[in-house]
Amino acid sequence: MIIDHPLLGPRDASEFIYLGDASLLNRPNWDEEKSEDNFYKYLYLRENVAGMHKELWFHQQGDRSWLVISRNTVTHEIFKVELATEFKKNMGKSND
Amino acid sequence: MYYNVLKILKEGLNDNKGWKKTWQNPEIKKKYDVIIIGGGGHGLATAFYLAKEFKIKNIAVLEKNWIGGGNVGRNTTIIRSNYLLNENEAFYEFSLKLWETLENQINYNAMVSQRGVLNVFHSDAQRDSFVRRGNSMIINGADAELFDVDKIKSIYPFLDYDNARFPIKGGLFQKRGGSVRHDAVAWGYAHAADELGVDIIQNCEVTGFKIKSGTCIGVETNKGDILANKIGCAVAGSSSVLMSKANMNLPLESHVLQAFVSESLKPFIPGVITFGAGHFYISQSDKGGLVFGGDIDGYNSYAQRGGMDMLEDVCEGGLALMPTIGKARLLRMWGGIMDMSMDGSPIIDKTHIKGLYLNAGWCYGGFKATPASGWCFAHLLAKGDSHSLSENFQLDRFKNGYMIDEKGQGAQPNLH
Amino acid sequence: MTRPTRTKSSLINTNKKLSFVFNGKKYEGFQGDTLASALLANDVKLIARSFKYHRPRGIFTSGSHEPNALVEIIHDDYNEPNSKATTVELYEGLVAKSQNCWPSLKYDLMSINDKFSKFIGAGFYYKTFMWPSFFWEKVYEPVIRKAAGLGKLSKNKNNKNSEKGFLYCDLLIIGSGPSGLISAYIAGLSGIKVIIVEEDYVFGGSLNNEIFKISNMSPQAWVQSILKEIRKLSNVRCIENTSVIGMFDHGVFGAIQKLKESKIEQIFWKIVSKKALLCSGSLERLIPFQNNDLPGIMLSGSIRSYLNRWGVNNFDKVLLFTNNDDTYVTALDLISNGINLIGVVDTRDNPRIFDPKIKVFKSSQIVSAKGKLYLKGVDIVNKVGELTHLKCDYLGISGGWNPNIHLSCHTGVRPEWNEKIYAFVAGKTNVSTHLKAVGSANGKFSLYECILDAEKQVLEILSDLEMKPKKYSLPKIKEQSFEIDPFWFVKIGSQRKWVDLQNDVTVKDIEMAYAENFRSVEHLKRYTTLGMGTDQGKTSNVTGLAILASLSNKSIPDVGTTVFRPPYIPLSIEALVGSSIGKNFKPTRLTPTHNWARDNGASFTETGLWLRAEWYSQKNEYHWRMSVDREVNSVRNSVGFCDVSTLGKIDIQGKDALEFVNKVYCNGFAKLPVGKVRYGLMLREDGIVMDDGTTARMSENHFIMTTTTVNAESVYRHLEFCHQCLWPEMDVHLISTTDAWAQIAIAGPKSRKIISKIVDKQFDVSNKNFPFMACKEITICGGVLARLFRISFSGELAYELSIPTQYASSLVSYLMEIGKDENIIPYGTEALGVMRIEKGHAAGAELNGTISAQNLNMGKMVSNKKDSIGMVLSKREGLNTLDGLRLVGLKPIKANHQLVSGSHLFNSSDTITPINDLGYITSSCYSPTLKSSIALGFLKNGNSRHGDYLKASNPILKTEVIAEVCNPIFVDPNGDRLRE
Repeated sequence: MIIDHPLLGPRDASEFIYLGDASLLNRPNWDEEKSEDNFYKYLYLRENVAGMHKELWFHQQGDRSWLVISRNTVTHEIFKVELATEFKKNMGKSND
Repeated sequence: MYYNVLKILKEGLNDNKGWKKTWQNPEIKKKYDVIIIGGGGHGLATAFYLAKEFKIKNIAVLEKNWIGGGNVGRNTTIIRSNYLLNENEAFYEFSLKLWETLENQINYNAMVSQRGVLNVFHSDAQRDSFVRRGNSMIINGADAELFDVDKIKSIYPFLDYDNARFPIKGGLFQKRGGSVRHDAVAWGYAHAADELGVDIIQNCEVTGFKIKSGTCIGVETNKGDILANKIGCAVAGSSSVLMSKANMNLPLESHVLQAFVSESLKPFIPGVITFGAGHFYISQSDKGGLVFGGDIDGYNSYAQRGGMDMLEDVCEGGLALMPTIGKARLLRMWGGIMDMSMDGSPIIDKTHIKGLYLNAGWCYGGFKATPASGWCFAHLLAKGDSHSLSENFQLDRFKNGYMIDEKGQGAQPNLH
Repeated sequence: MTRPTRTKSSLINTNKKLSFVFNGKKYEGFQGDTLASALLANDVKLIARSFKYHRPRGIFTSGSHEPNALVEIIHDDYNEPNSKATTVELYEGLVAKSQNCWPSLKYDLMSINDKFSKFIGAGFYYKTFMWPSFFWEKVYEPVIRKAAGLGKLSKNKNNKNSEKGFLYCDLLIIGSGPSGLISAYIAGLSGIKVIIVEEDYVFGGSLNNEIFKISNMSPQAWVQSILKEIRKLSNVRCIENTSVIGMFDHGVFGAIQKLKESKIEQIFWKIVSKKALLCSGSLERLIPFQNNDLPGIMLSGSIRSYLNRWGVNNFDKVLLFTNNDDTYVTALDLISNGINLIGVVDTRDNPRIFDPKIKVFKSSQIVSAKGKLYLKGVDIVNKVGELTHLKCDYLGISGGWNPNIHLSCHTGVRPEWNEKIYAFVAGKTNVSTHLKAVGSANGKFSLYECILDAEKQVLEILSDLEMKPKKYSLPKIKEQSFEIDPFWFVKIGSQRKWVDLQNDVTVKDIEMAYAENFRSVEHLKRYTTLGMGTDQGKTSNVTGLAILASLSNKSIPDVGTTVFRPPYIPLSIEALVGSSIGKNFKPTRLTPTHNWARDNGASFTETGLWLRAEWYSQKNEYHWRMSVDREVNSVRNSVGFCDVSTLGKIDIQGKDALEFVNKVYCNGFAKLPVGKVRYGLMLREDGIVMDDGTTARMSENHFIMTTTTVNAESVYRHLEFCHQCLWPEMDVHLISTTDAWAQIAIAGPKSRKIISKIVDKQFDVSNKNFPFMACKEITICGGVLARLFRISFSGELAYELSIPTQYASSLVSYLMEIGKDENIIPYGTEALGVMRIEKGHAAGAELNGTISAQNLNMGKMVSNKKDSIGMVLSKREGLNTLDGLRLVGLKPIKANHQLVSGSHLFNSSDTITPINDLGYITSSCYSPTLKSSIALGFLKNGNSRHGDYLKASNPILKTEVIAEVCNPIFVDPNGDRLRE
């Protein structure tokens, strides 16, 4: 697959290491009543969609940035590639 | 119809006009005692044991395409029981014992061939972990031997001993491991289940669950609604898609595993060999093709195909282990959808919805588990509680901290 | 009537004779021949025996879809089995032989299989060989395995010189027939980057098989003229002898190029292209009828190829059988070369009249081919049932043409049925593919339509790429049509009719499979093995589908299709590996002191990709234990040094660096003062130990973290995840510095003496001013930048000195020199391992990915007062059971017994069963300090069992040792020596 890195342009996917669902960006609070249950859901349960999937990739053999990639898991089409730091900052701003 | 050599002679003399359907195309009933969703190896095996061992009468297997078209028809055919953790080893050894008598049970030649599985290792640390594993195997009633380099050389002289980047230091050998003709497993279980009255319904896709007050009473399909007392889901890589129809998120990710076969060659690889310094394993089919594979590609996928870089990676591993296959020609490559679980071990359990049961999380090791998975899932469906050999494969073990993690990689499915 | 031995139109060079050997007999051919064309020209018709029935077979096609003519090519040092004679370019001295026959091709004993064909049809082996059960493995299977396989791999390891490379372009053109050449011409003129690849060893594609005129030239001359124009363009790259074997996601292609007269024999190219055009032409398909597999029966288009391109002129008594117009071109070409054409058997009622000289048997079918080793004649029948026998030596058959759309399916797009040409064409592309089929591959079977289609598609591509086409001129071609009737197979007769020649699958097999309910396309393929041979079903797939459709009373598109997958043609495994063979399989990482170590008696071991010194042998030492015991004793009594550069080092800086470190370790770091180092336990988010190491606070906002060797990369990646994905608002930056700094451990009671000799005078390394766990940036040896850490893995007074890697080698030489009085020695990973086991330090063997802080007796270190990775889930019930595993030490009760890693632990009176399994040994060694074997392991409830006796059972190594459970810290449990 070819990943269009926002800073470096198109790169081969073999330069990257895959982590998983971008929901891993939403780490729960540690000091809440239900934190153990929240952390369990956060770490272990997945939608595992057959379709549009937001996921985290690390540019191991490049600039070592984490990317959020929107990709279709059935056709492998990649729709969007963003820096995780940007994505996370924007997450904080919007209210969804 | 009972199959044996006399039948072949009789039918051959009759110009082969008398062969009957291997399994029927029955009409769908309005209600069943048990519905199995998934016409792969595990689903068909479950139906067979439900009928044969647990004497359940009214069973249907619903398959959205044609039976045996999923992972059971795409794997590299290996059977073995060489796991590290007691929970797994006991289960897989039970499965291996079932393989050993399978053909006569189902009256179909699945070509169960126990020509040995050898895992080579290349360092002291690897050796230690194989010793621990070999001991687990023996303690759980399986067979295991530790080979030194010279012993390996005498059986597999064509491995690289002189020019290897990671020289072979020894290997863990299981004589009773080997291979099975994968398509025959699906067709054989289907045939045997059909003979016992199981309805095998192809081209029937489940589009929803009928759930009333926390109980599942049936399924919605593209061929209409079907009611049942119990519903068992055995759809491997499609588990998340299926269970999302019951509003469940599972501790699974679906990944592509590629497999490869070469042109057919005269036999020279006696058993199964796995490489310890890279992702590669190989065996030779009875037709002569080299069947080999490596690791999963590593990203979520339902596409049943992977990247070129994994193909190169696997071939590199192959030549590092046995340079002699360099001239063999890759003939075909394909992929399956692996249900990778959060600890690399399977799930055979009821769900929080009464009447709805789940069999999933087999990662890339589901084929060898087929008989035991079928048996244990049938036990659970028939009796309502787990067989002792699968009682640890609980769905909520992750919540409670009872992971069964062979590789020690934690909650990252693509590392298992 | 005499005819020249080769026709004038051919592409072969009749001036260059080549001699070759086939099955021990010498023959002659010409440069430009394939092995197949040369054999045909020499009247050799019998080439091989089929896979299952060992039936005599000849050459069937003229390309890479050849199902019959598989031979073994004998090279000097290896054999190449399963080679298609139709694609092997003839060279001087070529030696080939038939495979899969014994004792000879003509008299193959295995042809007895053919007599039993009634009993060994498709799938027969599933229904038998089950009894007695042990017979399968001992008797049936070995026989089947020996009979299987077509060719034999030689034992020699000689790998071709293979290389790999990358190519990038705007447009990849696959195939250099008319559509490919026109596309390359128009696209090239516009200035975009074009690569045109051709599988054959000459460009031109189907035009090389024709003799009609294009722009008043022969087709071959026209090809040369347009190639000349294309080669003038520096933005176009033309590569022949190159097969595109696969299309992968996002415009990535794999291609294999074979080179002649070059040290590098093949190159595997990875091509990344914005757009691609599939100009791969189409492949003719056969028609099944009784005995349609005899030598002498070929595809009619292939007869034309051999006639026109290779000039094979010795065809005689040729009959043609067809359902379409293309065969008449073959008929006309045969006549124009003076060859005896018996006629054309046409299934259609009113085929177009191409030439009155051609005798046409309308509305007719071939009922049966006659002959034993060669075709002698055929029986045909017409509409009213009249039978006629026709003598013939060659029969060209044509059931139609299949556009060669293999590549278009590789990324999951299913082909679509085209009712006009009764064949499949490429399905609609999705964004992932970029590939479009053109010309004949797109179902446009006349040259006129090809050229129009190529022009249209290239102009579309240029428009997509926002490029303007430059002026170009195309040849004027007369409009032609192509007519075909959907005639799929001859139904008459009960003898076998072949569908898949290579795998010996017949119409009967398909009927039987259908009766047994193998009715989906995939079931049919797997049960009968239709299309699973080395030709990958190119000649048989569609015909098989049509038969299935006829049996199930469905239309062909309703029956479905199998998806084509890579590789397009079989390719050798070594081509995919290139030069990454032998020692180049993976890179080797050397430590900064590697060369010095090698020169000083070191023996090396692999740790991942690293080579590390495991011990240093001295002259009188003939066993490794002698060296290791000596090293341990030297360190514990005097001083030694060890290169620990392979451990990961991560530089952490920023205003929030302290908070960051405090969040990634589970133990407290918030109060770590400047100038101090602390042991850090790093958990995964699931509460299991990921890694351990130390972190030193060099200054207010500057920290240096160490990790284990094996986890250096993954810990760094994890830290970047924490920073970028979890806490991007933190002001912290990370740099991996593992390779920049060498790290030397200097350990032993005399280590301070050594340190004092090298550290520059202004730095005070007394115990008071540089206590245990201190750290400082210093200089050594008169100004060399360095960092000093007082940490100890060995349990002795010890330091770790960090210096830029380029100084490491001279530093260790210097240490040996200045440490002579203290008898300083280098020590390796074995001694390092022994000492850390003696001190009960967990290392890789203990941190196996399933072990928690509680298991390591470090449960109390996990702080509940702060957020850290893993803290919450470490509290889960399953990780905190009362009888949980605990790290323990073990000592054999008999002094000469040896504890072995991997042993399982049981109560001494319990039987060896899984229920009684209490734990396992992780690390073991001989301790020269305690003069006994010792071990570390995990034991259920271990902390309450010190003093108990256990069985360390190791059935695979056939040992069992009774051991006493004890404190894992065997030596200096209070840690006094560390603080000296």
